[in-house]
Amino acid sequence: MTATTPLPAVADLVNMPEAWRTLLHGLPSVDQVGAEQRAAMLATRSIKTTSKAWALDLAIRMVDLTTLEGADTPGKVRALCAKARRPDPTDPHCPQVAAVCVYPSMVSTAAAYLAGTGIKVASVATAFPSGQAPLEVKLADTRAAVAAGADEIDMVIDRGAFLAGRYSEVFDQIAAVKQACGNAHLKVILETGELATLDNVRRASWLAMVAGADFIKTSTGKVQPAATLPVTLVMLEAVRDFRERTGRQVGVKPAGGIRTAKDALRYLVLVNETAGPDWLDPAWFRFGASSLLNDLLMQRAKLATGHYSGHDYVTLD
Amino acid sequence: MVATDWRLTLPSETSRLAVRKTYKLYVGGAFPRSESGRSYPVYSAKGTWMANAVLASRKDVRDAVAAARKAFPGWAGRTAYNRGQILYRIAEMLEGRRDQFATEVAEAEGLDRAAALAVVDASVDRWVWYAGWADKIAQVLGNANPVAGPYFNLSTPEPTGVVGVVAPAESSLLGLVSVMAPVIVTGNTAVLLASEERPLPAVTFAEVLATSDLPGGVVNLLTGRVSELLPWLASHFDVNAIDLTGVTDPELAAEAERAAAENLKRVVRPPQGPVDWSADPGLERMTAFVETKTVWHPKGM
Amino acid sequence: MTFEYAPAPESTSIVDIRPSYGLFIDGEFRDSIDGDTIKTINPATEEVLSEVVAAGPRDVAAAVEAARRAYQTGWGTMPGTERAKYLYRIARIIQERSRELAVLETIDNGKPIRESRDVDLPLVAAHFFYYAGWADKLSYAGFGPHPRPLGVAAQVIPWNFPLLMLAWKIAPALACGNTVVLKPAETTPLTALVFAEICQQADLPPGVVNIITGAGETGRHLVEHPDVDKIAFTGSTEVGRQIARAAAGTRKRLTLELGGKAANIVFDDAPLDQAVEGIVNGIFFNQGHVCCAGSRLLVQESIHDELLTALKRRISLLRLGDPLDKNTDIGAINSAAQLERIRALSEIGELEGAERWSAPCPLPDRGFWFPPTVFTGVSQAHRIAREEIFGPVLSVLTFRTPEEAVAKANNTPYGLSAGIWTEKGSRILWMADRLRAGVVWANTFNKFDPSSPFGGYKESGYGREGGRHGLEAYLAV
Repeated sequence: MTATTPLPAVADLVNMPEAWRTLLHGLPSVDQVGAEQRAAMLATRSIKTTSKAWALDLAIRMVDLTTLEGADTPGKVRALCAKARRPDPTDPHCPQVAAVCVYPSMVSTAAAYLAGTGIKVASVATAFPSGQAPLEVKLADTRAAVAAGADEIDMVIDRGAFLAGRYSEVFDQIAAVKQACGNAHLKVILETGELATLDNVRRASWLAMVAGADFIKTSTGKVQPAATLPVTLVMLEAVRDFRERTGRQVGVKPAGGIRTAKDALRYLVLVNETAGPDWLDPAWFRFGASSLLNDLLMQRAKLATGHYSGHDYVTLD
Repeated sequence: MVATDWRLTLPSETSRLAVRKTYKLYVGGAFPRSESGRSYPVYSAKGTWMANAVLASRKDVRDAVAAARKAFPGWAGRTAYNRGQILYRIAEMLEGRRDQFATEVAEAEGLDRAAALAVVDASVDRWVWYAGWADKIAQVLGNANPVAGPYFNLSTPEPTGVVGVVAPAESSLLGLVSVMAPVIVTGNTAVLLASEERPLPAVTFAEVLATSDLPGGVVNLLTGRVSELLPWLASHFDVNAIDLTGVTDPELAAEAERAAAENLKRVVRPPQGPVDWSADPGLERMTAFVETKTVWHPKGM
Repeated sequence: MTFEYAPAPESTSIVDIRPSYGLFIDGEFRDSIDGDTIKTINPATEEVLSEVVAAGPRDVAAAVEAARRAYQTGWGTMPGTERAKYLYRIARIIQERSRELAVLETIDNGKPIRESRDVDLPLVAAHFFYYAGWADKLSYAGFGPHPRPLGVAAQVIPWNFPLLMLAWKIAPALACGNTVVLKPAETTPLTALVFAEICQQADLPPGVVNIITGAGETGRHLVEHPDVDKIAFTGSTEVGRQIARAAAGTRKRLTLELGGKAANIVFDDAPLDQAVEGIVNGIFFNQGHVCCAGSRLLVQESIHDELLTALKRRISLLRLGDPLDKNTDIGAINSAAQLERIRALSEIGELEGAERWSAPCPLPDRGFWFPPTVFTGVSQAHRIAREEIFGPVLSVLTFRTPEEAVAKANNTPYGLSAGIWTEKGSRILWMADRLRAGVVWANTFNKFDPSSPFGGYKESGYGREGGRHGLEAYLAV
């Protein structure tokens, strides 16, 4: 009598640690040169007059106005919130930004000053920016921010685990943070500068989305390079494909290094011609930025007045 | 006592006092003085004092090599087309200063005006010749190799890195450009020791480089005592190759070659006899400073 | 809310089109002796731009004589260093006037300003720069120690890349020491005529470059002129065949760059998003008026549906319209005649049973326009898989294995180019070895460089343009 080895069940195969690798490495690869050329070609789009005015206002409404410095104080955060509510003190028709983004310790300050405005409070969490801390610490960080009033949590993935191929570990962490968020929206920061290759960006995007991300975000802004057009292109392709496969829409947030209105408009063109118009809304696309807002305001002023503006005509904060 | 009419002692319109140039080093795209603060007198071929040139020190050599190393990845990483464009612009800028250089060369080398102009013209044409090699040298030196197996096999030339060059002692412009251009056209960066006795055209040439879109650090130019500076350059471990063309003392050249052997620098020895700088340069000054890389890849379904 | 891009027209104030042009012979613009006049129009608006000459036989003879004189009295024996500097001057002036030339090219040809500005003109300047650098290095080119030029070159070029094709012909010819008589296409003469001005600005010796405008007849007189040493032709295979017949029995050297029906092969492991870009670029760049266009998509059957969905989604984003608008992707078809040919072959495609899909873009009222179109369910037996349409029409076929892909790709009298899309390096090289095409693009398409040789196998012509190899056509070797 011979004992036969039972065949593995499909569920066993799916749950093997290697399964993530098989899935993620089975996604279509990205040709770097081709992707960069597509992004560069889209950057030549020329946006003028009425389209430009519309796009500038949309970009303002998509800004997550950010301060993430060791030196942040309630005074600094209060000033940022005032700017968020009224970016242009001379123009009441200037739209408000989407959110203010701060460290967990500043969340209650921000929440108090933004109450009733509709502007979201976003908090970084999970041992931002490095993510190098035990999971319990990261979850406590998250819960504290939510308890203090954060509407949105911007977490960082464990890049060390990702680059070492421990994908299921990365997945588990994101899923746990999502749970800890409760009703708060979760943005997952991939830190694309550290992931280095566009193939990794695609894989990390899918990993984050399957784990429950509401948004995927390029960078912490603390590492160079931060957001770039090619990286954002790949992420937009990923959310497009993910919605097609699963029916669920996930947002995209490039952060760091976006300083000029011209840059911002290039990102909007990228969204328009990659994921599509459904993403051209602050609910699905954000800019993580600080100095960008003033350049958007100056360009907006130029369109309105016909002459170039200057730094004395926008507020510091 | 007669009161001197002060108006008679002022320079008249035809004898206006010139604002003389200060000759400095060219390192990292800037014109610093030597950290040593030293200078030495430079005389024309006829023995007239021309200017004080910087007497560079070993620390200037060190800084120049650091600048050349920093500039290397960017310069080597540019497209060959881009390098060719920049070299052509150097020729344009040199052409624009034809008269200025003719005067400097005439004084440095004791040539009459016609001969000096001919030297400058030949120098411009030499740059144009090398500019055109930037996007062709790979086609002449590289090729596919028909190996006996299902493999794609390609050999291509790559720049070796930082090259130290001792410029010709006598040919202060044509000789200078003839040792400089072939080094950088393939993507190397350079530290040059100008002719000790005739350094002024080289320093003026640095102004041409600085106005030609050439990135800082691709060419670095030092003036001073070759016997003092060369040992530091030849023994520097972050220098990949050394061109001893302008070394007139055979013992100094041999010593430099021995020092270069410590990190296996590629060495170009001084020429055996006088060089005809107007002759076709051939490929040797380019091939001396490239490495051949051969890549294999299987061919299969 | 949709993101409309407001009109972003490039200004035409930089261009100065004369009401009429003469022939450029022996360094000056002259009236025709025995020719006619033809009008050139803007294919996007159908407005008349200018009147040029359709040169007659005596005009052609005058041009050839001027070229011969220039060759014998100086250019043929001028040192390479001096020839080089003339070509460098021309390259520099082209760079200086590149916006003007790009706008003019768009107006006369119909191609989008973004392409003429970002692709055509930079390549034109680069081509002159590249060959300028060979003029004084011919002994290093691998053709012997002292290669000599041929003499007078007769050059006939097409309308799809007017100034770029001019650069591909004139730059190597002059670098090698030849003189030229060039005839631009009848529908796109203007940038060639401005090039003549540039030759004057560069102080090029009279007769070295002669530009004679005209149509097929003028071209025939030119290539059949007995005092021509070399013929270089880019155009249709049919006319290439005629020229080859006419050159038979003479001592004229001949190079031809003719049509193609390139296969763009996509494997199941291709980088999909970039492959979609490559397919779109391959057949819709320049409205498909490209001899090396990837007009046959050979897709591995297992990913056919997924790829076609992505492709149609991408094609629907293409912006068709005013070529002078900086956001336009697809410009006008060059002429009514060409539009008719595209329409006719597309109708045949439908009759043959292929399934037709076109991008849902509105077409302007005036001008010649054709929407990007895809035929699926095509097989090798269909005419639309065999005949060059020379328009924005893609035929889609499937394959199962690499060997089948190669066989189908090669199953054509043409052999100009091919594309391979796969992640696997070995497969790229295995396929490249077996594809009978002069240019193989892997994970990219429609990439050109003056240093890279271009030309076809079989009925796509013979000879190479670009690179060291491109010198051979203009040397007595």
